[in-house]
Amino acid sequence: MARTMAEKVWEEHVVRRADGEPDLLYIDLHLVHEVTSPQAFEGLRLAGRSVRRPDLTIATEDHNVPTQDLLAPIADPVSRKQVETLRKNCSDFGVRLHPMGDIDQGVVHVVGPQLGLTQPGMTVVCGDSHTSTHGAFGALAFGIGTSQVEHVLATQTLTMAPFKTMSVTVDGTLRPGVSAKDIILAVIAKIGTGGGQGYVIEYRGEVIEALSMEARMTVCNMSIEAGARAGMIAPDQTTFDYIEGRPHAPKGADFDAAVEHWKSLRTDEGAVFDAEVVLDADELSPFVTWGTNPGQGVPLDGSVPDPASYEDPSARAAAEKALAYMDLKAGTPMREVRVDTVFLGSCTNGRIEDLRTAAEIIRGRRVAEGVRMLVVPGSMRVKEQANEEGLGRVFEEAGAEWREAGCSMCLGMNPDQLKPGERSASTSNRNFEGRQGRGGRTHLVSPQVAAATAVRGTLSSPADLVAQ
Amino acid sequence: MEKFDVHTGRAVPLRASNVDTDQIIPAVYLKRVSRTGFEDGLFAEWRKSDPDFVLNRPEYQDASVLVAGPDFGTGSSREHAVWALQDHGFRVVLSSRFADIFRGNALKGGLLAVLLPQEVIDRLWEAVEADPATEVTVDLVEREVRSPAANVREPFELDDYTRWRLLEGLDDIALTLRHTDAIGAFESTRKSWLPVTL
Ligand code: SF4
Repeated sequence: MARTMAEKVWEEHVVRRADGEPDLLYIDLHLVHEVTSPQAFEGLRLAGRSVRRPDLTIATEDHNVPTQDLLAPIADPVSRKQVETLRKNCSDFGVRLHPMGDIDQGVVHVVGPQLGLTQPGMTVVCGDSHTSTHGAFGALAFGIGTSQVEHVLATQTLTMAPFKTMSVTVDGTLRPGVSAKDIILAVIAKIGTGGGQGYVIEYRGEVIEALSMEARMTVCNMSIEAGARAGMIAPDQTTFDYIEGRPHAPKGADFDAAVEHWKSLRTDEGAVFDAEVVLDADELSPFVTWGTNPGQGVPLDGSVPDPASYEDPSARAAAEKALAYMDLKAGTPMREVRVDTVFLGSCTNGRIEDLRTAAEIIRGRRVAEGVRMLVVPGSMRVKEQANEEGLGRVFEEAGAEWREAGCSMCLGMNPDQLKPGERSASTSNRNFEGRQGRGGRTHLVSPQVAAATAVRGTLSSPADLVAQ
Repeated sequence: MEKFDVHTGRAVPLRASNVDTDQIIPAVYLKRVSRTGFEDGLFAEWRKSDPDFVLNRPEYQDASVLVAGPDFGTGSSREHAVWALQDHGFRVVLSSRFADIFRGNALKGGLLAVLLPQEVIDRLWEAVEADPATEVTVDLVEREVRSPAANVREPFELDDYTRWRLLEGLDDIALTLRHTDAIGAFESTRKSWLPVTL
């Protein structure tokens, strides 16, 4: 029977199947960070259990870490405690850790692919919802809770009921200035923040096939913002080229054997998805959010919607609440919204391509008066590469702050936070109330829009700069 | 894990959709390394900024059933959201739609996340708002929610396996460790070129 890619990967990992029970699924790679793991390790200790496969587990420090003055001790005692706890746990249980200061430290979803640990057809989990990022390689990758983290540490498996499958096909051609971020924001606005619930989404179509690996990761990263458990993209030559030569990639004959296998994972002709969505890329333009969930977005050319225009009373109430929180008036053109902070970074848009794109726009220009721009590379390797290419200089000369790697203002667990009432244009993935700091207001944007906004001080696209 | 069979308690009406886990417990409260003590973070922002927020109202103080709007628990996978609800004393969350990860986390940890039609949620909201002493019974044995005062007697779905696990209060890891042989056998068939981290 014709099968989808998600079904094939699932079937290859079933350890045990019994009537009336969820499947027992094998996990190929477990990524660990300091926030969702302490209670899991504590649980192992209490039960006298060990980590079954430390060699399939890897840890990094990202959510709490400061992005400047790395040599000073972490100022916040509770953040410091979490980081220290992770270090102790990794050393006690024999798990490899990339701590602050290590060249492979960074946001967990940037580190895995960069090391070549994320490969097609694998099952990848992490106690973090944006694990969906790794699906860009054709892996089945999903976020789990701390109890499941403990379960994977102890058994290298998870008990799970199968997902449903959804295809999102993006056909046509992207207009200049429209990026992967705009594709996924448009998908979420179309199907809603709950539209993907229970599904693994496979992104397909000529536009997706033409995307680079990094852009594919941006798309898959935000699958969770549509409620989906995972996003996937079929592996192809772009994928193989990206993996080849990375530290953990298969070598020589192994690589050829791997590619053979990876090619077999594509969704079969005639396979049926449980749901299908189609998007026309020709209609897409740079997208920005106006509200407090990632589904509340409009094209940058548009304006703040009128809550009265929603028929569904709960959507109307949500829009009213969001506008009050965001301090926005219905009908205001998005281009007139002024920001005081621009955040370029996160596991959505903190990779080298994102930095290149933004630097290209900022080069020779200045960050607007009264605007603070934070550029936070996704990993220390990304930072090193950016410095080699001179991108760090470009940001600094424009007046932006060029920081060290971490999650930073994506969730504001470290000192990088918005103050109450401050407004940001952010390349991260969540615009929830208070996500970037108590009382802070977030507009989700692409790296292109972030860079142009930094220069003009109001939400803008690169085209607005040319016109200036 | 505490066993769950039949629970009767008072309920809190949370009339909001898309309550994400950043609202249930903001990130700054995630820094503890223990498994308990998260109640101070529960809805911390809303409790601080809005004196009328339901959880601030004295009449809902001892409630153990949260009646939530659709798309409850979206966003971050933080299991702390479940712990914070439990630490506060909740044993059940009722909603017409849950985010998958939240529901999974809740059911793993013994917090019963029960799906009900929105129309039933509406009726419960009205009854509980009219009289905060209204009791709601969540019966896992019969898979049924009952509240005579709200004129509710509604079956709910939960798969047999999860139901059995919750009724017995069984730890998932111990259950899986019974199948160590199968895991070992599977491992011997894995492709040799798959990556290792050490
Ligand atoms: S960058 Fe943001 S979304 Fe990504 S792992 Fe860190 S906190 Fe989560």
